[in-house]
Amino acid sequence: MSSVASTIDFAWPHEDVSRAPFRVYTDPDLYALEQERIFRGPVWNFLALECEIPNAGDYKTTYVGDTPVIVSRDQNGVINAVVNRCAHKGALICYKPKGNVREFNCVYHNWTYDLAGNLTGVAFRKGVGGKGGLADDFDMKANGLQRLRVEIYCGLIFGTFREETPAFRDYIGAELASNIDRVFPKPLKVIGYHCQVLPNNWKLYAENNKDSYHASLLHVFHNTFGVVRPNMGGGVKISDDGWHHLSYTQRESLGDEQVAQEKVRSLKEQYSLNDVRLMEHKLELGDQVTNAIQTVFPSLVVQQILNALAVRQIQPKGVDRTELVWTILGFEDDDADMRELRLKVNNLVGPAGLISMEDGCVGGWVQRAAKADPDAMTVMPMGGRRIEASQGSRVTEAAVRGFWKGWRECMGY
Amino acid sequence: MTTNTLDADLALRLAVEDLYADYVHTIDDDRLEEWPGLFTEDGIYRVTTRENHDNGLPLAMVYCDGRGMMADRISALRTANIYEPHVYCHVLSAVRILGASGGVIRARSNFSVLRTMQEGDTSLFAVGRTFDTLVEEGGRLRFRERLAVLDSRRVDTLLVIPV
Repeated sequence: MSSVASTIDFAWPHEDVSRAPFRVYTDPDLYALEQERIFRGPVWNFLALECEIPNAGDYKTTYVGDTPVIVSRDQNGVINAVVNRCAHKGALICYKPKGNVREFNCVYHNWTYDLAGNLTGVAFRKGVGGKGGLADDFDMKANGLQRLRVEIYCGLIFGTFREETPAFRDYIGAELASNIDRVFPKPLKVIGYHCQVLPNNWKLYAENNKDSYHASLLHVFHNTFGVVRPNMGGGVKISDDGWHHLSYTQRESLGDEQVAQEKVRSLKEQYSLNDVRLMEHKLELGDQVTNAIQTVFPSLVVQQILNALAVRQIQPKGVDRTELVWTILGFEDDDADMRELRLKVNNLVGPAGLISMEDGCVGGWVQRAAKADPDAMTVMPMGGRRIEASQGSRVTEAAVRGFWKGWRECMGY
Repeated sequence: MTTNTLDADLALRLAVEDLYADYVHTIDDDRLEEWPGLFTEDGIYRVTTRENHDNGLPLAMVYCDGRGMMADRISALRTANIYEPHVYCHVLSAVRILGASGGVIRARSNFSVLRTMQEGDTSLFAVGRTFDTLVEEGGRLRFRERLAVLDSRRVDTLLVIPV
């Protein structure tokens, strides 16, 4: 039992995960325990994209929960991830978001590390003029940077602090892994970043992504502009353990040619927009899926909304503040037209996203209201009490219940 | 510099500053339906961050290609998008004409946007620079292109009203 856990008087107050206490959003002690048991627990955390650090010596800094992390590529092309904290005084080693180095060097007292995090040099190690210097029994090998286990999947770099975390594909299951294969089938290119500060606990945003029930209710852009899409199929898939999910919509099985012929006409008929280019979609992934939102517990969202591809990383910044970092993607082989199409359709998502900006504020409304009654509970009854996939209907909170199952299993409550 | 070129130079500056002032008052007065009219029909409006701009990354968080997309953004925020009501107060400074030839003027400015929420909190929502291309159309200057580059990569909660 950790020191934090031993001081927390908390038990899950309901018989299953169809209810959760508001306290989980507001209690700083639970937040501290989450750092240890979730983010540094048996999970894969998204760190960066391979294409962001293409060359030997390239690095990028990020966070795993509250923990600062450096991801880098060494001279042999191997990707390493280490905690961004000098073994000496604990200063950040890399204080810039990205760069290229031969080795890591802490500017405070000039301790140096190789890119795998091994301590290679200590300033004045032998002292000056025979005086001072390292203690005789100082073990260089035992004072490297803390390393994360790394795995790369479809160009996405993940890290875990635990040896027992299963291989990534086993972690999310083959069925959900196949959606990452589908969305990122070839070399990726970053076309930009967004970063959004959410005035709420990180879990409210994590749940929001798994909550396919709210989509047509809170986000009324589609309805308002006459985008009624009865021909849309789709469903919700959930990993066997409940932790991860995929919610998707697809056109009914029209042939590609039929879709192409219908595209312009249907856009003009359906949308009362002045400029329908906002909703243009070029089928590019070999199927009819128009939207796919996938979560990897605890903190990654993989997004395909028409041709807007992205990964969203949830970075908790205290119990009531979250940063959402969007990395917006295209493919390396995009031509100019495809790039332009992606830039336009990205109007739909992000901090100013026409179809989903509401996700930025709704979590804050829960946070403000929840604070007064930590023992009251949120209710998640849609689609029953179990955690099961659904075909056709997305009016379910099954994947949200799955999130709480994962939370309880990691936290030990 | 002759008196005539000085007069022309001053007249141009005043016209540019008038347009910039019209822009901020149109937004800050919540006359957003008039905002697309400050651009040419095929005008471009983009909001990006210094991070994207300096790294040559083309993504903008708002990208309107023509008045139609601008009008769609405004009708979306009036009728579809859900957010806490708030207003902006722009503070504009350092307007500079970078060049003018063939009826095309390039100019830049610095701005701050103070955002006041309905509950009363006022905060510094955004600071940044605009890089603009202006042309005369219908007897007045209009934006052919406005690129607003926010200094911070972080947007607090959401961005719904144009900056």
